[in-house]
Amino acid sequence: MSSESHGHAAEHAFRQHHFVNSEQQFDTSKLGMWLFLATEILMFGGLFVGFGLMQANYPEAWVAGHHHLDRIMGSINTVFLLCSSFTMVMAVHASSTNQKSKTVLNLLATLAFAGGFMVIKYFEYSHKFHEGILPGRYFSYAGGGPPEQAMFFGFYFAMTGIHGIHVLVGMILITWILIRAQRGDFSSAYYTPVDLVGLYWHLVDLIWIYLFPLLYLVS
Amino acid sequence: MSEHAHSSGARVYVLTLVALLILTGITVGASYINFGSASANIIIAIAIATVKVSLVALFFMHLRHDNPLNAIIFISSLIFLGIFLAFPLIDIQSREKVIPNGLRVREQVAAPKQAAPVPAAPAHH
Amino acid sequence: MADIVATPKSHGHGDHHDVDYLHDGSLLSWLTTVDHKKLGVMYLWSVFFMFFLGGVFALLVRLELMNPGQTIMTAEQYNKAFTLHGAIMVFLVIIPSIPAALGNFALPLMLGAKDVAFPRLNLLSFWIYVTGAIIATVAMLTGGVDTGWTFYTPYSTTADGPVALMTFAAFVLGFSSILTGVNFVATVHKLRAPGMGWFKMPLFVWGIYATAIIQILATPVLAITLLLLIFERLFGVGVFDPKLGGDPVLFQHFFWFYSHPAVYIMILPGMAIISEVIPAMSQKVFFGYKATAFSSVAIAIVSFVVWGHHMFTSGQSQLAGAIFSFLTFLVGIPSAIKVFNWITTMYKGSISLAAPMLYALMFLILFGIGGLTGIFLGTMSVDIHLHDTYFVVAHFHYVMMGSTLIAFLAGVHFWWPKMFGRMYNERAAQIAAFFVFIGFNTTFLPQFLLGSRGMPRRYYDYLPEFTFLHQVSTVGSWLLGLGFVIMAGYLFASLRKKMDAPSNPWHARTLDWQTSSPPITHNFHEIPVLKQGPYDYFKPFEPSVEGYHE
Repeated sequence: MSSESHGHAAEHAFRQHHFVNSEQQFDTSKLGMWLFLATEILMFGGLFVGFGLMQANYPEAWVAGHHHLDRIMGSINTVFLLCSSFTMVMAVHASSTNQKSKTVLNLLATLAFAGGFMVIKYFEYSHKFHEGILPGRYFSYAGGGPPEQAMFFGFYFAMTGIHGIHVLVGMILITWILIRAQRGDFSSAYYTPVDLVGLYWHLVDLIWIYLFPLLYLVS
Repeated sequence: MSEHAHSSGARVYVLTLVALLILTGITVGASYINFGSASANIIIAIAIATVKVSLVALFFMHLRHDNPLNAIIFISSLIFLGIFLAFPLIDIQSREKVIPNGLRVREQVAAPKQAAPVPAAPAHH
Repeated sequence: MADIVATPKSHGHGDHHDVDYLHDGSLLSWLTTVDHKKLGVMYLWSVFFMFFLGGVFALLVRLELMNPGQTIMTAEQYNKAFTLHGAIMVFLVIIPSIPAALGNFALPLMLGAKDVAFPRLNLLSFWIYVTGAIIATVAMLTGGVDTGWTFYTPYSTTADGPVALMTFAAFVLGFSSILTGVNFVATVHKLRAPGMGWFKMPLFVWGIYATAIIQILATPVLAITLLLLIFERLFGVGVFDPKLGGDPVLFQHFFWFYSHPAVYIMILPGMAIISEVIPAMSQKVFFGYKATAFSSVAIAIVSFVVWGHHMFTSGQSQLAGAIFSFLTFLVGIPSAIKVFNWITTMYKGSISLAAPMLYALMFLILFGIGGLTGIFLGTMSVDIHLHDTYFVVAHFHYVMMGSTLIAFLAGVHFWWPKMFGRMYNERAAQIAAFFVFIGFNTTFLPQFLLGSRGMPRRYYDYLPEFTFLHQVSTVGSWLLGLGFVIMAGYLFASLRKKMDAPSNPWHARTLDWQTSSPPITHNFHEIPVLKQGPYDYFKPFEPSVEGYHE
């Protein structure tokens, strides 16, 4: 999806031979990334569909499940991801306007927010495990409530778990971009990888924007 | 590449972030209010989330200024997701209506057999 | 979309090669190649090998069914045999075959491009395919799976054996398909040669494009379905387990949301090939180009709203069943439009009966049968009786094998000289085609009768009255196998000949024939500027690439 050459610093060295010019390559790369994002939407969407259908079957169990989730922690995580999306797009903007240090700083900030998200996630999960709330057959919560709560938590762990993996992958990609930005690979003539990683990161944010109310906020 | 210069600039991104944070506050606040039915709460939460998603997609992801094909791809994926949700929902919602009818029909057929007397039988002892 | 860049001369780094792609680079370099042609060829060999493996399982299954009761294997072994036959054929052969092998090879050439949009992603797709194949092989060797290729719950969530491994293999293979789809959509939008508007593209491209849309939108749902299945096996999550409040029918909704569009991932490329072979072999302009182009996209879209026709007897509501049944009728319309257009294209053409055309004609007949029987099965009231019988087995073999695989063979024979620079022996090809056609119909036509008379599918044993038809079917499978053995013979023999195939043996008009056979690594010295439409046989030929003729 992103285009890179083998160590040249010159801008047009990143252009691949089968493209006619850099603009065609940039537009094509972006198109490719949006197509990939569509696949992510359908994949996560499958989890949302399963979640929604089961909620229609077991509304009380879903309500009972919601009460175990900490709205405050979820809200903080939402704020973290929204801010990280902001710093990410600022990084893209900076890389497209030849502002290397601003690019690096914004990418670092994005990483920091993402790290904060994962820290809160860690606390949430360990609290759940402590209470015996685990996926599937390991669910041993002794506090009563409808038995289908276990399924709610099955979905909870599947959805937040897969989302969390995507956050980690995103952090790795952002780190890679950070290193390249520091190296001076990007300029107004070529900042495609930053833009593409940005799009991926925004998708991770989009998924959380729907996850948060559906998991944490319904009463 | 310069044709895709961000005419938005940093200002638009800041405004978008502020809007997103305000909407987050609203949706959390709304979750403490009971709007009547359970589905009303869900619909309001999803509506607010949809506005947030639109802001991120239009401004942070540049769909507003981009090749419309990218927006078409994004919207299409959501439409097909909607199809994936709608049909099984129709299935699940319409299942129970069939079974009780079926049971009633079977009961009506079973009842006359038990109620019918056998008048000619005693003569054959 | 102003995506056509009007600069025909492009200077890349290695443009000065006149070596054909087959001789460019060491044998080892093929493993890290980003050349779409080499990747296409590697996919081709992989698909051939997997087809052989899946075919061996098929022959074993049919051999077992020669007589009622045990013939050569136990019931458990039988269940594994048909599961592996299905899983291999669906995931490792039919789905990748045309797009990954022939599509990769021909698409950029037809568009006048030097490669696909993302060549390195293409390489990744291939290695993901190989990884999935290896994982599936490990699953086969460590006990195999007996759930059927459809992995229905609750059996698949509770059965012994490497189910999680096999489904993980399918999960991995799905990503190969997704990335190929992404590559092809981007390529078609962005890398068409100057002068090639959307309605000047060859119909093969339209078909591959529609296929790619499905690959992108549907395959991710398979990914999540298999993931949920694996979660249920590993963690007991219970989404599909009634004891825990889950719903096994939900699994079927999830599974078929992908797997129904998947069968159109199989048939659309097949139709796309037929749309190339018929005008070329009839030397005639394509009748109803726009209708056929749009019908490909229409099939792709409608394919997403019919999946419940696999679930009429599953416990799905009658209302849902009725809706799905009605929508299923709709998908027959664009398919029929194509069939009429193909036939009309041939009318008053100058017909050549070379091997590709033999397979194309076979396709018309076999797809007619396969497609129509699909409508029978899509009729809910009829399907109540035919579901899970041999009628279904016959139907899908007529469409998956009799149509898609036959079209694949048409494409292999059509593009063989372009890919390898050699012509195969035409007489041997005709003999093989004869055995394939006779063998196929002998195998599967009786199965319609078996099914409508009540023979259930996936059954190891059967009532004595079904014996004769089963035996006919098994003998048919041997004739079919013989056809493929002959085919393998002459195809491999051709590779030992000198590379003297003409650049345009079929006198076709699309850009892929305006290159050498085989093409140079970069396909074209300069990006061609399109001078004529893909089927302008009514006009004298005007080359878009200097030095090439019809």
